[in-house]
Amino acid sequence: MKTHDFRLPSLSLRFIPVWRRNFLVWRKLAIPALLGNLADPAFYMLGLGYGLGGLLPEVHGMSYIAFLASGTLCYSTMNSASFEALYSGFSRMHVQKTWDAILNTPLTLDDVLLGELIWITTKSLLSGLAILVIIWAMGLHASFAMSLWAIPLIVLMGFCFTGMALVINAISPSYDFFMYYFTLAITPMVLLGGVFYPVDQLPPLLQQVSAALPLSHAIELARPLMLGRVPADIAVHVGVLLAYGTLGYYLALALTRRRLLK
Amino acid sequence: MPLLSAQGLRKRYGDSEVVAGIDLAIEARECFGLLGPNGAGKTTTLRLLLGLTEPDGGSMAMLGLPVPQQAREARMKVGIVPQMDNLDPDFSVYENLLVYGRYFGHPDAEIKARIPALLEFANLTHRAEAKIEALSGGMQRRLTLARALINDPDLLFLDEPTTGLDPQARHMMWQGLRRLLGQGKTIVITTHFMEEAERLCDRLAIMDQGKIIATGTPRALIELHIEPQVVEVFGEGVEAWAATYGRTLCERFERAGETLFCYTRDHDALLRQLSGQSVLRYLSRPANLEDVFLKITGRDLRD
Repeated sequence: MKTHDFRLPSLSLRFIPVWRRNFLVWRKLAIPALLGNLADPAFYMLGLGYGLGGLLPEVHGMSYIAFLASGTLCYSTMNSASFEALYSGFSRMHVQKTWDAILNTPLTLDDVLLGELIWITTKSLLSGLAILVIIWAMGLHASFAMSLWAIPLIVLMGFCFTGMALVINAISPSYDFFMYYFTLAITPMVLLGGVFYPVDQLPPLLQQVSAALPLSHAIELARPLMLGRVPADIAVHVGVLLAYGTLGYYLALALTRRRLLK
Repeated sequence: MPLLSAQGLRKRYGDSEVVAGIDLAIEARECFGLLGPNGAGKTTTLRLLLGLTEPDGGSMAMLGLPVPQQAREARMKVGIVPQMDNLDPDFSVYENLLVYGRYFGHPDAEIKARIPALLEFANLTHRAEAKIEALSGGMQRRLTLARALINDPDLLFLDEPTTGLDPQARHMMWQGLRRLLGQGKTIVITTHFMEEAERLCDRLAIMDQGKIIATGTPRALIELHIEPQVVEVFGEGVEAWAATYGRTLCERFERAGETLFCYTRDHDALLRQLSGQSVLRYLSRPANLEDVFLKITGRDLRD
């Protein structure tokens, strides 16, 4: 790889037409898309929350469904970003050659990738907001004002998981390749990150693994916010999410430059 | 000053030099054809000229701006028809033009004002609301050409624009391109259809193995490389006929499969001989660009 591929990203408002293109496509399919954002995680949350929650007295000082709600908020945002960046992003990059068409105009690959990053983050914001609305509707939050802090957290998560997934997009030969990422990164994050049960239930070794995963840090922020408390170690958690997102995006851009501008 | 130029252009992938030292100078209002067999380096040359990939050597300029340094700015006034259609399948014909115009930073009102004329040009006015998948191959090509005109470019690149089209669609595309030349646009076209090059192009360069091996007007290339008359002889016994008459009646001959290509300045004696026998069939025609192409790039398959 040329060192040139690793030059810093150029950030420009030229990303806007790329964002608008994706938004226009989304708008045509908005109703099924919103339903998917809302219905699937809602069924999980309600089913497990009531079904399993009935067997459990309290988890960390809250009802199980409230515990699960903050986990679902994070998990749903992560999933939305990952699916959009991988399946839809790969369609636009590799299958439909939409990015190639855009590169023939006065836009650069840096503009395209920035447009995708911001679009995918926007889309995952919708997914996260859908869960937040359910939380509000069911009264699973302690303080409305504190729960509003979940919105910037959702944006941060969207950025983090988009950056990571775009790296996988950049090196994928086909859709099948994404299974590695879902099996080896997403599933362990869901099971070790504290979505369904507290991380302190895990053996020490797995707790150490959990501490390295971005989803765990997102949940460490989301859960106290839903309980109306100020989270502990905010700087660490925000720092980890920012670091994963920034490094992911930078690496994704370098690898995509190598792939498309060769 | 040429509108588009390259000096000593080189590009290497691994061990193979795909573009091995190319010089080009394309003037305003000219239709310039880049010809060559598959793998000759035509598409890579176009990508280099557009600033989509970095050269390993040489210098380029497009519309007065250095490439690749200011290729992005130069592309403001360039239109591109790629080899593979990459229209947006999620959008209608109209939306494809609108969304593409936005990439140039033009306001929606300005783009919308341009779209009717472009639909008219592409003969797609009645299909403005159609989805891409409902269009025929020829319509998709015309839409891709209309899309490339959304920014009113001075310079137009077309990479094999008629590959895969039926004759009607191909003639329609040529007609469109001639209209654009009439409006004063400059066109750079790659093709391996010699007829297309001969009809459209003012000047040609024939590429092989990353180098330009011949350049000039279609007529000059034919005069320089090929005897003016060609007689194609085919049928059973062509081999025996060639052994007997080839050297005496043809100035030069080549065999390709069942067919003997006989090149000559004076074909009278040759045609007399052929008309006096009944086994072999033959076709007499003037030399064309395809003869030049096959002579200088060879008859071997390029896969």
